[in-house]
Amino acid sequence: MKVDITVNGNATAHDVEPRLLLVHYLREVLDLTGTNVGCDTSSCGACTVLLDGESVKSCTVLAAQASGSQVTTIEGLGSADAMHPMQTAFREHHGLQCGFCTPGMVMAAVSLVNEHTSAPGSGAATGRPLDDRSVREGLEGNLCRCTGYHNIVQAVLAAAESMK
Amino acid sequence: MSILGNRVLRKEDPKFLTTGGTYVDDLDLPGAVFVTYVRSTVAHARIVSIDISEAKQAPGVVAVLTHEDIDLPPLKPEMPMLNQEMVREWLASDTVRFVGEAVAAVITEERYQGPDAAELVMVDYEPLPVVVDPLTSLDNETILHAGAASNLVFEMNFGRDESLFDGCEVIVRQRVMNQRVAPCPLEVRCAAATWGDDGRLTQWASTQNPHGVRDDLARILGLDPAQVHVISPDVGGGFGAKIGVYPDEIILGWISKKVGRPVRWVETRSESMVNLGHGRGQVQDIELGGTRDGALTAYRLTVLQDSGAYPRMGAVLPFMTRMMLTGVYAIPKAEFASKSVVTNTTPTVAYRGAGRPEATAAIERAVDMFAAEIGMDPAELRRKNLIPADAFPFTTQTATTYDSGNYEGALDKALEACGYADLRAEQARRREAGDVRQLGIGLSVYVEITGGAGSMEFGSVEMKADGRVIVKTGTSPHGQGHVTAWAMLAAEQLGVSVDDVEVIHGDTDLVPTGGGTMGSRSLQHGGVAVNQATTQLVEKARGLSADLLEAAPADMVLDKAAGRFHVAGTPTAAKSWAEIVTAAGEGGLVAEATFVPEGPTFPFGAHVAVVEVDTETGKVTVLRMVAVDDAGTILNPLLAEGQVHGGLAQGVAQALMEEVVYDEDGNPTTSNLADYAFISAAELPSFETVSMETPTPRNELGAKGIGESGTIGSTPAVHNAVCDALRHLGISHVDMPATPERVWRAIQGSRSAVPA
Amino acid sequence: MIPSLFDYVRAGSAEEAIALLGEHGEDAKLLAGGHSLLPLMKLRLANPSVLIDVGRLDELSYVRDDGDHLAIGALTRHCDLERSPVLAEHAPLLAHTAGQVGDPQVRHRGTLGGTLAHGDPASDLPAAVLALGGTMVMRGPNGERHVAASDFFQGFLETALAPDELLTEIRVPKVTGAGWSFQKFTRRAQDWAIVGVAAVRHGPMTGVALINMGSVPFRATATESAVNDGASAADAAAVGAADTDPPGDLHATPSYRRHLATVLMRRALEEAGVS
Repeated sequence: MKVDITVNGNATAHDVEPRLLLVHYLREVLDLTGTNVGCDTSSCGACTVLLDGESVKSCTVLAAQASGSQVTTIEGLGSADAMHPMQTAFREHHGLQCGFCTPGMVMAAVSLVNEHTSAPGSGAATGRPLDDRSVREGLEGNLCRCTGYHNIVQAVLAAAESMK
Repeated sequence: MSILGNRVLRKEDPKFLTTGGTYVDDLDLPGAVFVTYVRSTVAHARIVSIDISEAKQAPGVVAVLTHEDIDLPPLKPEMPMLNQEMVREWLASDTVRFVGEAVAAVITEERYQGPDAAELVMVDYEPLPVVVDPLTSLDNETILHAGAASNLVFEMNFGRDESLFDGCEVIVRQRVMNQRVAPCPLEVRCAAATWGDDGRLTQWASTQNPHGVRDDLARILGLDPAQVHVISPDVGGGFGAKIGVYPDEIILGWISKKVGRPVRWVETRSESMVNLGHGRGQVQDIELGGTRDGALTAYRLTVLQDSGAYPRMGAVLPFMTRMMLTGVYAIPKAEFASKSVVTNTTPTVAYRGAGRPEATAAIERAVDMFAAEIGMDPAELRRKNLIPADAFPFTTQTATTYDSGNYEGALDKALEACGYADLRAEQARRREAGDVRQLGIGLSVYVEITGGAGSMEFGSVEMKADGRVIVKTGTSPHGQGHVTAWAMLAAEQLGVSVDDVEVIHGDTDLVPTGGGTMGSRSLQHGGVAVNQATTQLVEKARGLSADLLEAAPADMVLDKAAGRFHVAGTPTAAKSWAEIVTAAGEGGLVAEATFVPEGPTFPFGAHVAVVEVDTETGKVTVLRMVAVDDAGTILNPLLAEGQVHGGLAQGVAQALMEEVVYDEDGNPTTSNLADYAFISAAELPSFETVSMETPTPRNELGAKGIGESGTIGSTPAVHNAVCDALRHLGISHVDMPATPERVWRAIQGSRSAVPA
Repeated sequence: MIPSLFDYVRAGSAEEAIALLGEHGEDAKLLAGGHSLLPLMKLRLANPSVLIDVGRLDELSYVRDDGDHLAIGALTRHCDLERSPVLAEHAPLLAHTAGQVGDPQVRHRGTLGGTLAHGDPASDLPAAVLALGGTMVMRGPNGERHVAASDFFQGFLETALAPDELLTEIRVPKVTGAGWSFQKFTRRAQDWAIVGVAAVRHGPMTGVALINMGSVPFRATATESAVNDGASAADAAAVGAADTDPPGDLHATPSYRRHLATVLMRRALEEAGVS
């Protein structure tokens, strides 16, 4: 079947199997290998990308479901010369070691901070300032084996300040 | 000003943060076919038949291979001290011995076709009695390997003494389970193989030790090591489980030759959870004796090590447990005995700490129980028995010689940082008030051994005419930050920027030899080698510049800021790096060093865990983790802290959450990341780390290893904290992981045991 | 891991989805956010031959104040429930519970209707809808029908939905100013509840529902009655788990689950204002 997905601002269109997972569309069809696969139960979050601006696990979305949507991956967030504040903060706070969870972790963190700074309405998820605990809970869907999360939390809190 | 000791940001990061790393599965390998393994779904069975006829007809199938196709001799245990009769087939022929063992390999044109075809391979199993529990294995009622007389893989006895506890006023005894856990690097195993027209095998591997992979591949496939090229691009974590190479990776080169195509393979997480080696897995019987006033005088540890179905490194880890038996304490008499046995489970391997966390867990639990028994504060009992700071080098009862240490200093720092007296007061208040949420304070003072694995390491440094520096290292990283650390070492002596230093690793054609990254050895071996090579390079340059200026080498001075050598007192008589490189001629300005360490080093520290136990539900929450870790002189505190943080998280996870579980039929019930309790950010507090630096005399950097300390210290601290929270209820011990139900049952047991 | 082969159709309207269900019969599955179905398909524990994607039916994504009750479109995502000012005012239990499901990524995809239709006894939102005394609005080829939440869950992963029916709306009474509590006992934050309790106390009405305490999510009616009869939180909680038949698994034995349910019900009732 044909899918049309705008990835990192670029229109892409390919004929794919209906069962193709979005993460494999990104990695194998588009060769955007920054997004990784770390599990098969939607547990680890390594495959997190932004779908229409919100974090999703691209291993649990069909490319077909994403057709007509905008996807942002780590490659579309910022470049080595012009990093996004979240990327900068991860570097400055040593929020990564082996780097495998990092793209997903960064995308999840960007979505988390965006929701806390610019979310509409006054519901339960919004209006609370991010703190150590809420960042930890906000990243509950992203596993990291190297950092013990300590520096990731510091990085996200720092980025939240600079993204204001 | 020296760059050493500074918080230099990682050179590696911009790539990881903007395009992601390049892991094996990210490589483009034109023409490659995909390998999918059909794996045993039963723990112990005779294979009656394997029907591949339907699978061969599935779309995209290039080949379906079984044991009948294999012409390689079966694998013997890597280490000669292990029972050599316990061999492993590449693809099982008549018997499978654990869930996950490979039975067939399906080769397909496309990735998605593999699982479709693998589903069609029909294996008929005739179940055999299953041995899951190592205690049952010891009975030898079911022998797993017919060629071996028993299930015993390896045995050790040290300091056998029937009168060990004579004269002791108090003896505490406890069976302690150091449960099996899964290492869980975020990147599962992944490999690819292809043959060149020159007859050389190129294999890409997600490994901690590319040169080890090269040598193993050569040995097993009957090749000269020079015919094998191993490349480890970025590696998404290893934690010990990616030290050795596994059968399903080794055979890829053989498959590639068989099908005449490049092959690639990546395991799923579900496969990884039962095929990547597991860690720990010891049943420990601890006995600690001493006097009522707190002198510890005799200690015995008896270990039963679960080796899994096919003995690997896990089977020999009791050796490390024995080396670190008595920990930080001056205990006059000690005895150790261990047996390693096979079970119908995933083989065990090294996992962060590898035999030393088990030693620390045992002695630290024993000391806490002893303190409780004699009614002494556990900090006080520890202080009374610590090896004093002026006793180094110190040789223990198990013949291990510690290089340097200051254990009381570490304990003092930890107690001060946590506010120990206030914590005890708060604990007393809650006990008095009968709070639902009780406080537990757990201590652990540890020492461990690093740099014990791998006896030498290679490093080279080359200065280029354009001012760039090329460093080559045999310790290939998987997250530790070698690129930044080695660049700092070269930059320090050469006066260049770390940005000008390129560090090459993980390619056996580019780096001639190497010992890999394991056992917290990298800085103290690989870093020292790079440092020595840099020193030699400076000396070479000094000689060349002296020749050019017709001066004596001893008179030449390196002006790091200007990037040139000049004659002492005559700054204008100078030669730049570029001129010296030119003078060096065709071979370039390069120096190589092979560092052979005097011996291992012994990092130490003290951890305090503060936990809250909900006595109604049994749930444990970690409130604080205070960690003092001393790994000698610190090169880059940012990197060192990162290592500690990661270790702390894994240590907490073992104490409270993580455990590989099998049902009685040997089916794994924790075979994915939904079921296995891989710890997340939400279950952890931010950590309170305190620095301490006691240099080792065993290398010029004064550096010990920091990779595993966090894990080793934290598990017993948290475990002791849980037991401490429950002590006033009459509970002396709860096994790890201290899950809510386990803790609740202990509380229930104590309530029913004590009449109201 | 990847799913078996299937065909995919995207429904352009609720009516089209119902027609497609009729056309493909029991081999078809509705796909909303996909966060219950796709994980099962990747493990090949579910192998539908046709997926009918209703995830884009914006007509079924809303939270509306309909006077005496709130009407929620079945395809409203968890994150939208979490942020809804209408829910925050009139049914905060539902908004809060939505914020406890899975992790943020799951909440960006998962829908209220999807989780209810899946009927997993370990899910969070069914308990909240049960405790609130909600009603399911279902549409099929023969028109619309309404089923009380307490009659909706019929067996393990089985609901009152017919194979050709689409859950279109969930209605819950407005409980403005009510006392409420959601207690979720997990091993890790992202995990399914080992046991959970949703409770509402609104005037004379008490709603208490249990998560992962049997083959279906259900109301603890004995506890509700006890509260209505004036029992204390502790006494009311003590009768709620007595006759339950919870599962035993890796995380908890049945007896521990009953104990947890009792503790969590007491805590929930206390938080909801029952002394």
